[in-house]
Amino acid sequence: MSVFSDPANVDVYVTGFLWILKLTLAASVGALVLGTLLAAMRVSPVPVLRVFGATWVNTFRNTPLTLIVFFCYFGLYSTLGFKASDDIDPNNYWLGVIGLSVYTAAFVCEAIRSGINTVPAGQAEAARAIGMSFRQTLTMIVLPQAGRAVVAPLGSTFIALAKNATIVGTIGLAETSNAMKDLINANGSAVLPIFLVFAGTFAVVLIPTGYGFGWLANRLAVKR
Amino acid sequence: MSTDQVLYDHPGPRGRMRNRILTVLFGLGLLGLLGWIYARFDAKGQWSASLWKPFAQGSTWTDYILPGLGHTLAAAAVAMVLSLVFGIVFAVGRLSEHWWLRVPSGAVVEFFRAVPLLLLMFFIFFGLPFLTQQPMSNFWAVVIALTLYNGSVLAEAFRAGVRAVPKGQSEAGYAIGLRKSQVMSSILIPQAARAMLPVIVSQLVVLVKDTALGYIISYNELLQLGVNNLSANFANVVQAAIVAAAIYITVNATLTTVAGRLERWTRRGGRAPRATGQSVLAGAAEMGQATAV
Repeated sequence: MSVFSDPANVDVYVTGFLWILKLTLAASVGALVLGTLLAAMRVSPVPVLRVFGATWVNTFRNTPLTLIVFFCYFGLYSTLGFKASDDIDPNNYWLGVIGLSVYTAAFVCEAIRSGINTVPAGQAEAARAIGMSFRQTLTMIVLPQAGRAVVAPLGSTFIALAKNATIVGTIGLAETSNAMKDLINANGSAVLPIFLVFAGTFAVVLIPTGYGFGWLANRLAVKR
Repeated sequence: MSTDQVLYDHPGPRGRMRNRILTVLFGLGLLGLLGWIYARFDAKGQWSASLWKPFAQGSTWTDYILPGLGHTLAAAAVAMVLSLVFGIVFAVGRLSEHWWLRVPSGAVVEFFRAVPLLLLMFFIFFGLPFLTQQPMSNFWAVVIALTLYNGSVLAEAFRAGVRAVPKGQSEAGYAIGLRKSQVMSSILIPQAARAMLPVIVSQLVVLVKDTALGYIISYNELLQLGVNNLSANFANVVQAAIVAAAIYITVNATLTTVAGRLERWTRRGGRAPRATGQSVLAGAAEMGQATAV
Protein backbone atom coordinates (compact mmCIF):
# COMPACT_ATOMS: atom_id res chain seq x y z
CA MET A 1 0.00 0.00 0.00
CA SER A 2 3.05 2.26 0.22
CA VAL A 3 2.39 3.33 -3.38
CA PHE A 4 -0.61 5.31 -2.23
CA SER A 5 1.30 7.13 0.50
CA ASP A 6 2.80 9.27 -2.28
CA PRO A 7 0.40 12.22 -2.81
CA ALA A 8 1.27 12.37 -6.53
CA ASN A 9 0.01 8.81 -6.98
CA VAL A 10 -3.16 9.51 -5.00
CA ASP A 11 -3.67 12.46 -7.31
CA VAL A 12 -3.44 10.19 -10.37
CA TYR A 13 -6.00 7.87 -8.78
CA VAL A 14 -8.43 10.66 -7.89
CA THR A 15 -8.12 12.33 -11.31
CA GLY A 16 -8.83 9.01 -13.00
CA PHE A 17 -12.02 8.38 -11.08
CA LEU A 18 -13.17 11.99 -11.46
CA TRP A 19 -12.98 11.59 -15.25
CA ILE A 20 -14.99 8.36 -15.02
CA LEU A 21 -17.59 10.10 -12.85
CA LYS A 22 -17.92 13.06 -15.22
CA LEU A 23 -18.07 10.85 -18.31
CA THR A 24 -20.71 8.64 -16.71
CA LEU A 25 -22.90 11.54 -15.58
CA ALA A 26 -22.78 13.46 -18.87
CA ALA A 27 -23.17 10.39 -21.07
CA SER A 28 -26.03 8.93 -19.03
CA VAL A 29 -28.01 12.15 -19.48
CA GLY A 30 -27.23 12.13 -23.20
CA ALA A 31 -28.03 8.44 -23.59
CA LEU A 32 -31.27 8.68 -21.60
CA VAL A 33 -32.62 11.59 -23.65
CA LEU A 34 -31.50 10.15 -26.97
CA GLY A 35 -32.61 6.61 -26.06
CA THR A 36 -36.09 7.72 -24.97
CA LEU A 37 -36.50 9.68 -28.21
CA LEU A 38 -35.37 6.64 -30.22
CA ALA A 39 -37.78 4.38 -28.34
CA ALA A 40 -40.66 6.80 -29.04
CA MET A 41 -39.62 6.82 -32.72
CA ARG A 42 -39.54 3.03 -32.86
CA VAL A 43 -43.15 2.70 -31.66
CA SER A 44 -44.53 5.72 -33.53
CA PRO A 45 -47.11 5.56 -36.36
CA VAL A 46 -44.70 7.16 -38.86
CA PRO A 47 -42.73 4.54 -40.81
CA VAL A 48 -39.71 6.77 -41.50
CA LEU A 49 -39.22 7.36 -37.77
CA ARG A 50 -39.52 3.62 -37.07
CA VAL A 51 -36.93 2.78 -39.71
CA PHE A 52 -34.58 5.49 -38.45
CA GLY A 53 -34.82 4.21 -34.86
CA ALA A 54 -34.29 0.59 -35.89
CA THR A 55 -31.31 1.47 -38.08
CA TRP A 56 -29.68 3.45 -35.26
CA VAL A 57 -30.13 0.60 -32.79
CA ASN A 58 -28.89 -2.13 -35.12
CA THR A 59 -25.89 -0.09 -36.21
CA PHE A 60 -24.58 1.05 -32.85
CA ARG A 61 -25.54 -2.04 -30.86
CA ASN A 62 -23.41 -4.22 -33.13
CA THR A 63 -20.38 -1.91 -33.41
CA PRO A 64 -17.65 -2.09 -30.75
CA LEU A 65 -17.59 0.96 -28.49
CA THR A 66 -13.83 1.03 -28.95
CA LEU A 67 -14.34 1.58 -32.68
CA ILE A 68 -16.95 4.30 -32.05
CA VAL A 69 -14.67 6.18 -29.66
CA PHE A 70 -11.77 5.66 -32.06
CA PHE A 71 -13.91 7.11 -34.86
CA CYS A 72 -14.96 10.09 -32.71
CA TYR A 73 -11.29 10.95 -32.25
CA PHE A 74 -9.63 10.06 -35.55
CA GLY A 75 -12.65 10.58 -37.79
CA LEU A 76 -14.79 13.28 -36.24
CA TYR A 77 -11.94 15.30 -34.71
CA SER A 78 -8.71 14.65 -36.63
CA THR A 79 -10.10 14.19 -40.13
CA LEU A 80 -13.38 16.07 -40.25
CA GLY A 81 -12.20 18.86 -37.97
CA PHE A 82 -15.02 18.70 -35.40
CA LYS A 83 -13.71 20.37 -32.26
CA ALA A 84 -15.50 20.50 -28.91
CA SER A 85 -12.88 22.52 -27.10
CA ASP A 86 -9.48 24.06 -27.76
CA ASP A 87 -7.82 22.26 -24.86
CA ILE A 88 -6.78 18.64 -25.26
CA ASP A 89 -8.44 17.07 -22.22
CA PRO A 90 -11.88 18.74 -22.46
CA ASN A 91 -11.90 18.01 -26.20
CA ASN A 92 -11.20 14.30 -25.62
CA TYR A 93 -13.75 14.31 -22.82
CA TRP A 94 -16.56 15.67 -25.02
CA LEU A 95 -15.61 13.36 -27.90
CA GLY A 96 -15.84 10.52 -25.38
CA VAL A 97 -19.23 11.73 -24.14
CA ILE A 98 -20.51 11.80 -27.74
CA GLY A 99 -19.28 8.25 -28.41
CA LEU A 100 -20.63 6.86 -25.14
CA SER A 101 -24.04 8.59 -25.56
CA VAL A 102 -24.52 7.48 -29.14
CA TYR A 103 -23.63 3.88 -28.24
CA THR A 104 -25.53 3.63 -24.94
CA ALA A 105 -28.65 5.29 -26.42
CA ALA A 106 -29.17 2.15 -28.53
CA PHE A 107 -29.30 0.04 -25.36
CA VAL A 108 -31.48 2.54 -23.49
CA CYS A 109 -33.89 2.46 -26.44
CA GLU A 110 -34.08 -1.35 -26.34
CA ALA A 111 -34.51 -1.35 -22.55
CA ILE A 112 -37.41 1.12 -22.78
CA ARG A 113 -38.96 -0.87 -25.60
CA SER A 114 -38.78 -4.04 -23.51
CA GLY A 115 -40.39 -2.02 -20.71
CA ILE A 116 -43.21 -0.90 -23.01
CA ASN A 117 -43.57 -4.59 -23.81
CA THR A 118 -44.51 -5.35 -20.18
CA VAL A 119 -47.52 -3.01 -20.33
CA PRO A 120 -50.67 -5.03 -21.03
CA ALA A 121 -52.38 -4.23 -24.32
CA GLY A 122 -55.60 -3.41 -22.46
CA GLN A 123 -54.00 -0.27 -21.05
CA ALA A 124 -53.30 1.20 -24.47
CA GLU A 125 -56.66 0.01 -25.80
CA ALA A 126 -58.47 1.68 -22.90
CA ALA A 127 -56.55 4.90 -23.59
CA ARG A 128 -57.55 4.81 -27.24
CA ALA A 129 -61.12 3.97 -26.31
CA ILE A 130 -61.46 7.24 -24.37
CA GLY A 131 -60.09 9.09 -27.39
CA MET A 132 -56.46 9.66 -26.49
CA SER A 133 -54.01 10.42 -29.27
CA PHE A 134 -50.76 8.48 -29.78
CA ARG A 135 -48.78 11.11 -27.90
CA GLN A 136 -51.22 11.10 -24.98
CA THR A 137 -51.35 7.30 -24.87
CA LEU A 138 -47.57 7.10 -24.86
CA THR A 139 -46.75 9.88 -22.40
CA MET A 140 -49.67 9.53 -19.96
CA ILE A 141 -50.46 5.80 -19.97
CA VAL A 142 -47.73 3.61 -21.41
CA LEU A 143 -44.41 5.30 -20.56
CA PRO A 144 -45.16 5.91 -16.86
CA GLN A 145 -45.89 2.19 -16.42
CA ALA A 146 -42.99 1.17 -18.63
CA GLY A 147 -40.67 3.48 -16.69
CA ARG A 148 -41.28 1.49 -13.53
CA ALA A 149 -40.58 -1.82 -15.26
CA VAL A 150 -37.46 -0.44 -16.83
CA VAL A 151 -35.59 0.59 -13.68
CA ALA A 152 -33.66 -2.68 -13.42
CA PRO A 153 -32.45 -2.92 -17.06
CA LEU A 154 -31.70 0.82 -17.17
CA GLY A 155 -29.72 0.39 -13.97
CA SER A 156 -27.58 -2.33 -15.54
CA THR A 157 -27.17 -0.16 -18.64
CA PHE A 158 -25.86 2.75 -16.59
CA ILE A 159 -23.55 0.49 -14.57
CA ALA A 160 -22.18 -0.85 -17.87
CA LEU A 161 -21.81 2.77 -19.00
CA ALA A 162 -19.66 3.58 -15.96
CA LYS A 163 -17.40 0.62 -16.82
CA ASN A 164 -17.39 1.48 -20.53
CA ALA A 165 -16.26 5.02 -19.69
CA THR A 166 -12.76 3.56 -19.23
CA ILE A 167 -12.68 2.98 -23.00
CA VAL A 168 -12.37 6.75 -23.50
CA GLY A 169 -8.86 6.19 -22.14
CA THR A 170 -7.98 4.76 -25.54
CA ILE A 171 -8.01 8.29 -27.01
CA GLY A 172 -5.68 9.55 -24.31
CA LEU A 173 -7.84 10.76 -21.43
CA ALA A 174 -6.04 10.03 -18.14
CA GLU A 175 -8.95 8.03 -16.71
CA THR A 176 -8.65 5.01 -14.40
CA SER A 177 -7.26 2.40 -16.79
CA ASN A 178 -4.51 4.71 -18.05
CA ALA A 179 -3.86 5.87 -14.50
CA MET A 180 -3.51 2.25 -13.38
CA LYS A 181 -1.25 1.40 -16.32
CA ASP A 182 1.07 4.32 -15.51
CA LEU A 183 1.21 3.44 -11.83
CA ILE A 184 1.94 -0.21 -12.64
CA ASN A 185 4.75 0.71 -15.02
CA ALA A 186 6.27 3.06 -12.44
CA ASN A 187 5.86 0.73 -9.45
CA GLY A 188 6.53 -2.82 -10.66
CA SER A 189 6.86 -4.13 -7.12
CA ALA A 190 3.34 -3.11 -6.07
CA VAL A 191 1.32 -4.41 -9.03
CA LEU A 192 -1.24 -6.34 -7.03
CA PRO A 193 -2.10 -3.59 -4.50
CA ILE A 194 -2.49 -1.10 -7.37
CA PHE A 195 -4.87 -3.36 -9.27
CA LEU A 196 -6.84 -4.23 -6.13
CA VAL A 197 -7.30 -0.55 -5.23
CA PHE A 198 -8.52 0.42 -8.72
CA ALA A 199 -10.66 -2.66 -9.30
CA GLY A 200 -11.82 -2.58 -5.67
CA THR A 201 -13.05 1.01 -6.03
CA PHE A 202 -15.18 0.00 -9.01
CA ALA A 203 -16.47 -3.06 -7.13
CA VAL A 204 -17.24 -1.11 -3.94
CA VAL A 205 -19.19 1.52 -5.88
CA LEU A 206 -20.86 -0.58 -8.58
CA ILE A 207 -21.92 -3.72 -6.67
CA PRO A 208 -24.04 -1.78 -4.11
CA THR A 209 -25.35 0.41 -6.94
CA GLY A 210 -26.53 -2.74 -8.70
CA TYR A 211 -28.31 -3.99 -5.57
CA GLY A 212 -29.71 -0.47 -5.08
CA PHE A 213 -31.27 -0.51 -8.55
CA GLY A 214 -32.65 -4.00 -7.83
CA TRP A 215 -34.24 -2.76 -4.61
CA LEU A 216 -35.64 0.31 -6.36
CA ALA A 217 -37.00 -1.82 -9.20
CA ASN A 218 -38.82 -4.05 -6.71
CA ARG A 219 -40.24 -1.08 -4.86
CA LEU A 220 -41.46 0.64 -8.01
CA ALA A 221 -42.69 -2.48 -9.80
CA VAL A 222 -46.32 -2.35 -10.92
CA LYS A 223 -48.08 -5.17 -9.07
CA ARG A 224 -50.20 -7.06 -11.57
CA MET B 1 -48.48 -3.49 -39.04
CA SER B 2 -52.04 -2.55 -38.18
CA THR B 3 -53.09 -5.81 -36.56
CA ASP B 4 -50.41 -6.11 -33.86
CA GLN B 5 -50.06 -2.41 -33.15
CA VAL B 6 -52.26 -1.27 -30.27
CA LEU B 7 -50.60 2.01 -29.35
CA TYR B 8 -52.52 4.07 -31.89
CA ASP B 9 -55.70 3.89 -33.94
CA HIS B 10 -55.66 2.97 -37.57
CA PRO B 11 -55.06 6.44 -39.03
CA GLY B 12 -58.03 8.18 -40.59
CA PRO B 13 -57.78 10.86 -43.32
CA ARG B 14 -56.43 13.50 -40.91
CA GLY B 15 -54.09 11.04 -39.24
CA ARG B 16 -52.73 9.92 -42.59
CA MET B 17 -52.19 13.53 -43.60
CA ARG B 18 -50.38 14.25 -40.33
CA ASN B 19 -48.20 11.16 -40.74
CA ARG B 20 -47.38 12.21 -44.28
CA ILE B 21 -46.42 15.70 -43.13
CA LEU B 22 -44.24 14.24 -40.36
CA THR B 23 -42.65 11.83 -42.82
CA VAL B 24 -41.79 14.67 -45.18
CA LEU B 25 -40.49 16.94 -42.41
CA PHE B 26 -38.36 14.23 -40.82
CA GLY B 27 -37.20 13.02 -44.21
CA LEU B 28 -36.11 16.54 -45.12
CA GLY B 29 -34.31 16.92 -41.81
CA LEU B 30 -32.56 13.60 -42.34
CA LEU B 31 -31.61 14.52 -45.91
CA GLY B 32 -30.32 17.84 -44.63
CA LEU B 33 -28.16 16.06 -42.08
CA LEU B 34 -26.86 13.60 -44.65
CA GLY B 35 -26.20 16.46 -47.05
CA TRP B 36 -24.31 18.32 -44.35
CA ILE B 37 -22.19 15.23 -43.65
CA TYR B 38 -21.62 14.82 -47.39
CA ALA B 39 -20.52 18.46 -47.69
CA ARG B 40 -18.28 18.11 -44.66
CA PHE B 41 -16.67 14.99 -46.16
CA ASP B 42 -16.35 16.82 -49.44
CA ALA B 43 -14.76 19.89 -47.85
CA LYS B 44 -12.15 17.67 -46.22
CA GLY B 45 -11.59 15.73 -49.45
CA GLN B 46 -12.89 12.48 -47.95
CA TRP B 47 -14.63 11.39 -51.15
CA SER B 48 -11.34 11.40 -53.01
CA ALA B 49 -11.00 8.13 -54.93
CA SER B 50 -7.50 7.49 -53.61
CA LEU B 51 -8.92 7.02 -50.11
CA TRP B 52 -11.57 4.49 -51.15
CA LYS B 53 -9.58 2.72 -53.83
CA PRO B 54 -7.51 0.56 -51.44
CA PHE B 55 -10.69 -1.40 -50.67
CA ALA B 56 -10.93 -2.48 -54.29
CA GLN B 57 -7.45 -4.01 -54.15
CA GLY B 58 -7.05 -7.64 -53.14
CA SER B 59 -3.90 -6.96 -51.17
CA THR B 60 -5.72 -4.62 -48.77
CA TRP B 61 -8.01 -7.48 -47.85
CA THR B 62 -5.41 -10.23 -47.72
CA ASP B 63 -2.77 -8.14 -45.89
CA TYR B 64 -4.89 -6.20 -43.42
CA ILE B 65 -8.60 -6.85 -43.12
CA LEU B 66 -8.87 -10.63 -43.40
CA PRO B 67 -5.93 -11.44 -41.07
CA GLY B 68 -7.38 -8.89 -38.62
CA LEU B 69 -10.82 -10.47 -38.84
CA GLY B 70 -9.21 -13.91 -38.40
CA HIS B 71 -7.48 -12.82 -35.19
CA THR B 72 -10.68 -11.21 -33.92
CA LEU B 73 -12.66 -14.40 -34.57
CA ALA B 74 -9.92 -16.61 -33.08
CA ALA B 75 -9.82 -14.65 -29.82
CA ALA B 76 -13.62 -14.48 -29.73
CA ALA B 77 -14.03 -18.22 -30.36
CA VAL B 78 -11.55 -19.30 -27.67
CA ALA B 79 -12.96 -16.78 -25.19
CA MET B 80 -16.54 -17.92 -25.95
CA VAL B 81 -15.76 -21.55 -25.16
CA LEU B 82 -13.79 -20.67 -22.04
CA SER B 83 -16.37 -18.21 -20.73
CA LEU B 84 -19.22 -20.70 -21.24
CA VAL B 85 -17.22 -23.25 -19.19
CA PHE B 86 -16.33 -20.59 -16.59
CA GLY B 87 -19.99 -19.52 -16.45
CA ILE B 88 -21.33 -23.04 -15.88
CA VAL B 89 -18.66 -23.88 -13.27
CA PHE B 90 -19.23 -20.73 -11.25
CA ALA B 91 -23.01 -20.85 -11.58
CA VAL B 92 -22.97 -24.39 -10.18
CA GLY B 93 -20.51 -23.25 -7.50
CA ARG B 94 -22.77 -20.40 -6.49
CA LEU B 95 -25.78 -22.73 -6.31
CA SER B 96 -23.89 -25.23 -4.16
CA GLU B 97 -25.19 -26.24 -0.74
CA HIS B 98 -21.68 -25.93 0.75
CA TRP B 99 -20.92 -22.42 1.96
CA TRP B 100 -17.18 -22.86 1.29
CA LEU B 101 -18.00 -23.29 -2.40
CA ARG B 102 -20.90 -20.86 -2.61
CA VAL B 103 -19.30 -17.83 -0.97
CA PRO B 104 -16.00 -17.77 -2.93
CA SER B 105 -17.83 -18.42 -6.22
CA GLY B 106 -20.21 -15.58 -5.49
CA ALA B 107 -17.34 -13.24 -4.60
CA VAL B 108 -15.43 -14.07 -7.80
CA VAL B 109 -18.49 -13.55 -9.99
CA GLU B 110 -19.53 -10.28 -8.33
CA PHE B 111 -15.97 -8.94 -8.45
CA PHE B 112 -15.28 -9.63 -12.12
CA ARG B 113 -18.71 -8.37 -13.14
CA ALA B 114 -17.97 -5.00 -11.53
CA VAL B 115 -14.45 -4.43 -12.90
CA PRO B 116 -14.12 -2.72 -16.30
CA LEU B 117 -12.72 -5.03 -18.96
CA LEU B 118 -10.00 -2.57 -19.95
CA LEU B 119 -8.71 -2.39 -16.37
CA LEU B 120 -8.60 -6.19 -16.27
CA MET B 121 -6.83 -6.39 -19.62
CA PHE B 122 -4.21 -3.81 -18.59
CA PHE B 123 -3.58 -5.67 -15.33
CA ILE B 124 -3.15 -9.00 -17.10
CA PHE B 125 -0.95 -7.58 -19.86
CA PHE B 126 1.15 -5.02 -17.99
CA GLY B 127 0.84 -6.13 -14.36
CA LEU B 128 1.02 -9.94 -14.37
CA PRO B 129 4.46 -10.07 -16.05
CA PHE B 130 5.85 -8.24 -12.99
CA LEU B 131 4.44 -10.97 -10.76
CA THR B 132 5.25 -14.03 -12.86
CA GLN B 133 8.51 -12.69 -14.32
CA GLN B 134 7.34 -13.93 -17.71
CA PRO B 135 6.07 -11.98 -20.68
CA MET B 136 2.32 -12.25 -21.34
CA SER B 137 1.19 -12.90 -24.90
CA ASN B 138 -1.37 -10.32 -26.02
CA PHE B 139 -3.66 -13.05 -27.39
CA TRP B 140 -3.96 -14.68 -23.97
CA ALA B 141 -4.30 -11.33 -22.21
CA VAL B 142 -7.33 -10.59 -24.41
CA VAL B 143 -8.78 -14.09 -24.02
CA ILE B 144 -8.30 -14.30 -20.23
CA ALA B 145 -9.79 -10.86 -19.63
CA LEU B 146 -12.77 -11.61 -21.89
CA THR B 147 -13.27 -14.97 -20.17
CA LEU B 148 -13.23 -13.58 -16.63
CA TYR B 149 -15.67 -10.78 -17.44
CA ASN B 150 -18.10 -12.52 -19.79
CA GLY B 151 -17.83 -15.80 -17.86
CA SER B 152 -19.00 -13.99 -14.72
CA VAL B 153 -21.94 -12.43 -16.55
CA LEU B 154 -22.84 -15.82 -18.05
CA ALA B 155 -22.58 -17.42 -14.59
CA GLU B 156 -25.32 -15.08 -13.39
CA ALA B 157 -27.41 -15.89 -16.47
CA PHE B 158 -27.05 -19.64 -15.89
CA ARG B 159 -27.84 -19.24 -12.20
CA ALA B 160 -31.00 -17.28 -12.98
CA GLY B 161 -31.90 -19.93 -15.56
CA VAL B 162 -31.41 -22.82 -13.13
CA ARG B 163 -33.50 -21.09 -10.50
CA ALA B 164 -36.27 -20.54 -13.03
CA VAL B 165 -36.60 -24.27 -13.78
CA PRO B 166 -39.75 -25.53 -12.00
CA LYS B 167 -38.98 -27.29 -8.73
CA GLY B 168 -40.78 -30.44 -9.84
CA GLN B 169 -38.03 -31.09 -12.37
CA SER B 170 -35.27 -31.57 -9.80
CA GLU B 171 -37.67 -33.37 -7.42
CA ALA B 172 -38.53 -35.81 -10.18
CA GLY B 173 -34.81 -36.33 -10.75
CA TYR B 174 -34.18 -37.12 -7.08
CA ALA B 175 -37.25 -39.37 -7.05
CA ILE B 176 -35.79 -41.62 -9.72
CA GLY B 177 -32.55 -41.84 -7.73
CA LEU B 178 -30.27 -39.32 -9.48
CA ARG B 179 -27.44 -37.76 -7.49
CA LYS B 180 -27.12 -34.00 -6.98
CA SER B 181 -24.49 -33.73 -9.71
CA GLN B 182 -26.64 -35.75 -12.11
CA VAL B 183 -29.71 -33.61 -11.44
CA MET B 184 -27.60 -30.51 -12.12
CA SER B 185 -25.87 -31.76 -15.25
CA SER B 186 -28.63 -33.68 -16.98
CA ILE B 187 -31.79 -31.90 -15.82
CA LEU B 188 -31.21 -28.34 -14.64
CA ILE B 189 -28.33 -27.03 -16.81
CA PRO B 190 -29.79 -28.12 -20.20
CA GLN B 191 -33.14 -26.50 -19.42
CA ALA B 192 -31.47 -23.38 -18.03
CA ALA B 193 -29.25 -23.04 -21.10
CA ARG B 194 -32.25 -23.32 -23.38
CA ALA B 195 -34.31 -20.81 -21.41
CA MET B 196 -31.44 -18.34 -21.21
CA LEU B 197 -30.32 -18.69 -24.84
CA PRO B 198 -31.28 -15.10 -25.83
CA VAL B 199 -29.32 -13.67 -22.89
CA ILE B 200 -26.34 -15.93 -23.60
CA VAL B 201 -26.28 -14.89 -27.24
CA SER B 202 -26.43 -11.16 -26.51
CA GLN B 203 -23.53 -11.67 -24.12
CA LEU B 204 -21.59 -13.45 -26.88
CA VAL B 205 -22.21 -10.45 -29.15
CA VAL B 206 -20.77 -8.28 -26.36
CA LEU B 207 -17.76 -10.59 -26.29
CA VAL B 208 -17.14 -10.25 -30.03
CA LYS B 209 -17.33 -6.47 -29.75
CA ASP B 210 -15.01 -6.39 -26.77
CA THR B 211 -12.23 -8.16 -28.67
CA ALA B 212 -11.73 -4.72 -30.25
CA LEU B 213 -10.17 -3.63 -26.95
CA GLY B 214 -7.28 -5.91 -27.86
CA TYR B 215 -5.95 -3.18 -30.12
CA ILE B 216 -4.89 -1.20 -27.06
CA ILE B 217 -2.48 -3.93 -26.06
CA SER B 218 -1.50 -4.25 -29.74
CA TYR B 219 -3.19 -7.58 -30.41
CA ASN B 220 -3.44 -7.74 -34.21
CA GLU B 221 -7.22 -7.87 -34.49
CA LEU B 222 -9.56 -6.09 -36.92
CA LEU B 223 -9.32 -2.63 -35.35
CA GLN B 224 -5.52 -2.80 -35.13
CA LEU B 225 -4.79 -4.22 -38.59
CA GLY B 226 -7.84 -3.12 -40.56
CA VAL B 227 -8.13 0.43 -39.24
CA ASN B 228 -4.95 1.49 -37.45
CA ASN B 229 -2.30 -0.09 -39.69
CA LEU B 230 -4.31 0.23 -42.90
CA SER B 231 -4.94 3.93 -42.39
CA ALA B 232 -1.30 4.48 -41.48
CA ASN B 233 -0.48 3.43 -45.05
CA PHE B 234 -3.32 5.04 -46.99
CA ALA B 235 -4.30 7.95 -44.68
CA ASN B 236 -7.95 6.88 -44.88
CA VAL B 237 -8.96 6.39 -41.25
CA VAL B 238 -12.60 7.42 -41.79
CA GLN B 239 -13.05 5.01 -44.68
CA ALA B 240 -11.26 2.16 -42.90
CA ALA B 241 -13.37 2.67 -39.77
CA ILE B 242 -16.57 2.56 -41.84
CA VAL B 243 -15.51 -0.70 -43.53
CA ALA B 244 -14.48 -2.24 -40.19
CA ALA B 245 -17.78 -1.20 -38.59
CA ALA B 246 -19.66 -2.85 -41.47
CA ILE B 247 -17.72 -6.08 -40.88
CA TYR B 248 -18.40 -6.06 -37.12
CA ILE B 249 -22.09 -5.39 -37.75
CA THR B 250 -22.26 -8.27 -40.25
CA VAL B 251 -20.54 -10.70 -37.88
CA ASN B 252 -22.76 -9.77 -34.94
CA ALA B 253 -25.96 -9.72 -36.97
CA THR B 254 -25.07 -13.19 -38.29
CA LEU B 255 -24.45 -14.42 -34.75
CA THR B 256 -27.85 -13.08 -33.65
CA THR B 257 -29.64 -14.62 -36.66
CA VAL B 258 -28.01 -18.03 -36.20
CA ALA B 259 -28.91 -17.96 -32.52
CA GLY B 260 -32.50 -17.09 -33.38
CA ARG B 261 -32.68 -20.12 -35.69
CA LEU B 262 -31.08 -22.29 -33.01
CA GLU B 263 -33.62 -21.11 -30.47
CA ARG B 264 -36.58 -21.89 -32.69
CA TRP B 265 -35.02 -25.24 -33.54
CA THR B 266 -34.46 -26.24 -29.90
CA ARG B 267 -37.94 -25.07 -28.94
CA ARG B 268 -39.62 -27.26 -31.51
CA GLY B 269 -38.92 -30.54 -29.72
CA GLY B 270 -39.20 -29.28 -26.19
CA ARG B 271 -41.73 -27.58 -24.04
CA ALA B 272 -44.09 -25.14 -25.65
CA PRO B 273 -42.97 -21.57 -25.07
CA ARG B 274 -44.54 -20.05 -22.00
CA ALA B 275 -47.86 -18.46 -22.81
CA THR B 276 -47.68 -14.74 -22.19
CA GLY B 277 -50.56 -12.31 -22.38
CA GLN B 278 -50.61 -9.97 -25.33
CA SER B 279 -48.62 -6.83 -24.67
CA VAL B 280 -48.35 -3.44 -26.28
CA LEU B 281 -45.49 -4.28 -28.63
CA ALA B 282 -44.95 -7.29 -30.82
CA GLY B 283 -41.39 -8.45 -31.30
CA ALA B 284 -39.61 -6.23 -28.76
CA ALA B 285 -36.67 -7.65 -26.87
CA GLU B 286 -37.33 -9.76 -23.80
CA MET B 287 -36.55 -8.00 -20.56
CA GLY B 288 -33.23 -9.65 -19.74
CA GLN B 289 -31.89 -9.48 -23.27
CA ALA B 290 -31.77 -5.72 -23.39
CA THR B 291 -29.36 -5.43 -20.49
CA ALA B 292 -26.19 -6.78 -22.09
CA VAL B 293 -24.16 -3.70 -22.96
